[in-house]
Amino acid sequence: MRQQHSTEDPRQAWAYVTPALAIVLLVALFPLAWTVWESLHQHDLRMPWLGRPFVGLANYGEILRDPRFWGALAHTAFFAVTSIALELVFGLFLALALNESFRGRGLVRAAVLIPWAIPTVVAALLWRFMFDSQAGIANAVLVRAGVLDEPIVWFIRAATAWVPVILADVWKTTPFVALLLLAGLQNIDRSLYEAAATDGAGPWWQLRHITLPLLAPAMLVVLIFRTLDAFRVFDLVYVLTGGGPGTSTEPISIYAFNAMLQNLEFGYGAALSVVIFLMTFGLAVLYIKGLRADLGGGR
Amino acid sequence: MLTGWQRWIAGGVLALLVGLTAFPFYWGIVASLTPEATLFREPSLWPTHIILDHYRALFDERDFWIPIRNSVIVAGTTTLLCIAVGSLAAYALARLEFRGKTTILSLILAVTMFPQISIVSPLYLLLRALRLIDTYPGLILPYLTFAMPLAVWLLVGFFRQLPLDLEEAALVDGASRWQSFTRVILPVSVPALATTAILTFIYCWNEFLFALSFTLGPERQTVPVAIALFRGQYQVPWGQILAAAVVATVPVAAMVLLAQRRIVQGLTAGAVKG
Repeated sequence: MRQQHSTEDPRQAWAYVTPALAIVLLVALFPLAWTVWESLHQHDLRMPWLGRPFVGLANYGEILRDPRFWGALAHTAFFAVTSIALELVFGLFLALALNESFRGRGLVRAAVLIPWAIPTVVAALLWRFMFDSQAGIANAVLVRAGVLDEPIVWFIRAATAWVPVILADVWKTTPFVALLLLAGLQNIDRSLYEAAATDGAGPWWQLRHITLPLLAPAMLVVLIFRTLDAFRVFDLVYVLTGGGPGTSTEPISIYAFNAMLQNLEFGYGAALSVVIFLMTFGLAVLYIKGLRADLGGGR
Repeated sequence: MLTGWQRWIAGGVLALLVGLTAFPFYWGIVASLTPEATLFREPSLWPTHIILDHYRALFDERDFWIPIRNSVIVAGTTTLLCIAVGSLAAYALARLEFRGKTTILSLILAVTMFPQISIVSPLYLLLRALRLIDTYPGLILPYLTFAMPLAVWLLVGFFRQLPLDLEEAALVDGASRWQSFTRVILPVSVPALATTAILTFIYCWNEFLFALSFTLGPERQTVPVAIALFRGQYQVPWGQILAAAVVATVPVAAMVLLAQRRIVQGLTAGAVKG
């Protein structure tokens, strides 16, 4: 039978795949190609009389000299490194705890999934409310605990504005990280722990010498996956700080968005989006390579 | 594998993390039921004086049912399209052998990781040329960019888990691939299709950037855009914003709790290989 399957008419398989593939090509790849083409032009909708002259790589040259771009890149990198580090640490704790069997584990696992599933906009608003200067519980708690002398306005300075941004991301994404790590944990052969325990190794030794090394591949996948996400961050920062004060927390995606849909500099904005695309594409290739065996079709 | 006091520490850590996870929800719900004056004067951990005014204002004054209607229509239509077209493609990709399959799978996975921002401007110009800005199709089309690859990817994962011999009896009896797909695979895949539909719906329900870019006013705004753009006359209308946040969260939370096991399965199968 199996032979008969493999000698089947490949046209049939293509017929099944074509509609979905056509949609993906049409709505995703075609616009991407358009963005690349657009990025080679000067296209400013505020000055339509200039037309849309071809300028080659001039937009990219301008990006390299644009301090706002480098600032946005630095903000994005800062956001990525800080939030992902915290998410990996908390996610590991959570995954290890969820890997133990206890009553109500299913319920807990479902409950921690909820922050991941809610709209990012809602998560951002919940945290903006908690860090509101008047009604925010963060100020109330910190003043009562003596950490702050008086309530502060968190969103007026970059240093303090980052706090709710990072915390909101960690809150929203740690459950997801934990679930991915949990899947990795469940693939570790239980007999390794039993053998170690028979030899008198404690849980700390087991964690360092069995769990962490064997979890490393899963952690790497999570790391790449989250870095990809962090480089695309938009909703969270847009709602929490709007990139402000000024542009001091502006990530690259918000800069590109403002360039295009607010300043109507479509050519320059397109070049910015191509840069974002190339950076995430590099990460995506790494990620897909990591999953390659899985893609081969064999189980 | 932990014993005695170690279990207690693990339990304590877990309880703390779950508590921290739950607190923002708790606080948001409490605040959405608290009069604004109390909220700003003396924030209290326990609701002292419960009111439903914010929810009433949300629907009576802000017509919040309009963004809800828009979100349901857009996310629902996108999801149905993705399941209909995506399941067929996923079937071929998971269970038929043909050249180019690996390339297509890689392409689809790559598109799930597309930065949305990199296609916003051409989509905007395209939709404007087609006069689709501020319409339902003007959101459904862009939503297919992330929803279709996601649905196909999840379904491939699910279809691969079905045993090979499942179809063989039908194929030996002379059934065509199409018959095998519609009469054997689809009926046993109802839970997988439902899970994929739930996840696709959630992604569409939560989407913000496209909905922000391709709508012009309240008539076609989706829930996240409407909430994010809430403005008050004098100060931020926190009571109503939080009431809206609760309303936007309830359907998603319900779906997650219902389909928890399978969602976890689908997500982790796609992201970390088993």
